[in-house]
Amino acid sequence: MGYTLQFGAIWASFDKLMSGLAIGLGLAIAAVAIGTCFGLLAAFASVGLSRIGRMIVTCYVMVIRNLPLLVLVLLVYFALPQAGIRLDKYESFIGALALYSGAYLTEVFRAGLTAVPKGVVEAARAIGLTRIQTNVFVTAPIMLRNALPSLGNTFIGMFKDSSIAAAIAIPELTFQARKINVDTFRVVETWIVASGLYIAACFAIASLLRRLERRFPKF
Amino acid sequence: MENVQPLLEIRGLHKHFGSVEVLKGVDLTLRRGEVVSIIGSSGSGKTTLLRCVNLLEEFQDGDIVLDGETIGYSIVNGRRHRLRDRELSRQRSMTGMVFQSFNLFPHLTAAGNVMLGLRKVRRFGKEEARSIAERWLSRVGLASRSDHYPSQLSGGQQQRVAIARALAMDPKLVLLDEVTSALDPELVQEVLNTVKGIADDGATLLIVTHEMRFARDVSHRVVFMDQGQVVEDAPPAEIFGNSRSQRLAEFLRNTRT
Ligand SMILES: Nc1ncnc2c1ncn2[C@@H]1O[C@H](COP(=O)(O)OP(=O)(O)OP(=O)(O)O)[C@@H](O)[C@H]1O
Ligand SMILES: [Mg+2]
Repeated sequence: MGYTLQFGAIWASFDKLMSGLAIGLGLAIAAVAIGTCFGLLAAFASVGLSRIGRMIVTCYVMVIRNLPLLVLVLLVYFALPQAGIRLDKYESFIGALALYSGAYLTEVFRAGLTAVPKGVVEAARAIGLTRIQTNVFVTAPIMLRNALPSLGNTFIGMFKDSSIAAAIAIPELTFQARKINVDTFRVVETWIVASGLYIAACFAIASLLRRLERRFPKF
Repeated sequence: MENVQPLLEIRGLHKHFGSVEVLKGVDLTLRRGEVVSIIGSSGSGKTTLLRCVNLLEEFQDGDIVLDGETIGYSIVNGRRHRLRDRELSRQRSMTGMVFQSFNLFPHLTAAGNVMLGLRKVRRFGKEEARSIAERWLSRVGLASRSDHYPSQLSGGQQQRVAIARALAMDPKLVLLDEVTSALDPELVQEVLNTVKGIADDGATLLIVTHEMRFARDVSHRVVFMDQGQVVEDAPPAEIFGNSRSQRLAEFLRNTRT
């Protein structure tokens, strides 16, 4: 006996899936934007002069990398209100994903930093730039270009991980798909369409990023 | 009275890396407008000396006085303290440094390389910085290359951009560390000519070089270093004439072959 695929009911709710996709993208963009700030600060601290700074970064990266994202999301969602910090579920999820991506980006940026030639940094110091100016105007731009491909991959990873927001009832793509399942019972069709959307979106992001990389040629 | 006070005075400079003593009490004086070349065998401490003057290295004892200001350290209650980053940066901006390996900023164009220090250290506006940069790039013969990135330039052109970058800051003193050693032989002369040009314009230069003929042609004085010490300090005619010390004679014999 065969299962006959019927997509009709899915197309009727296609706009919900698309709005779910948009929410997922929005969550990923916000989280990676904030995570990039965390990652930059942490990467510079990890090669910086302050020993306490280096220790904090080591702990941050170690804790986050050993924690499943779902657990981190639930922890932030349920624990912060107990600590008196009121966040809506979007803010809480973006915060968790930012922490998560920040730890991975720390590694990405640290690798990018070690690839910045020492002599170039010394040249910046030699013309009288302060340590901070050197970081901002010389080290960071070179490092970001080194890190661009990995940064793109991390972004795609975070977009896929935005599906975990379904666990706290954020109406992104996975959540919408589950809802359509309940309403239509076309379970297989729904997941086929949802998968197609994830794949198409990731593919589109990847080709955008490739274009960006070409805009900024390797040195 | 200006000639009384030297522009750069290094007194009893001691520097060690861990337990290895690299500079063992170096004394050296430069007057304004003077061109001094340092020669000496590999490992004698020439690069380290320049890096101390530009405060890229710390040193353990001695003084470096630039235009009347003791740089790098302050003495408080008889103890030496390394100055703060901001202060060190200000003092570094008074000397220019040209490196053996160019070290251009790869993400900036030739003009951008020259402009960065003008904008962020000298605080010039964008237009003014650009016009100073263009002027220096044409001075080193690269007017048409100002929008090229370092990766689009030959080694000789990159080194000339580096020279423009150092000189545009209007430093009191320019340090040049084997600026032609990393170049293909056919590109050496264009860079040496550029250095000769700025020397003729009256810049004060401290040059580490293995180009003996260049040292003889361009310098007012030549300093021979050996094992972390200044062994000879004399006009080129004397250094390359009847060499007095045996170590210098030996060094010159080895480099001429
Ligand atoms: N960062 C460092 N750590 C430890 N030792 C160093 C360091 N830099 C230089 N040295 C040592 O100091 C000594 C002098 O080095 P320096 O580079 O000043 O010599 P140099 O005269 O410039 O030689 P060359 O002609 O080969 O450039 C060498 O023995 C070198 O091994
Ligand atoms: Mg050297």
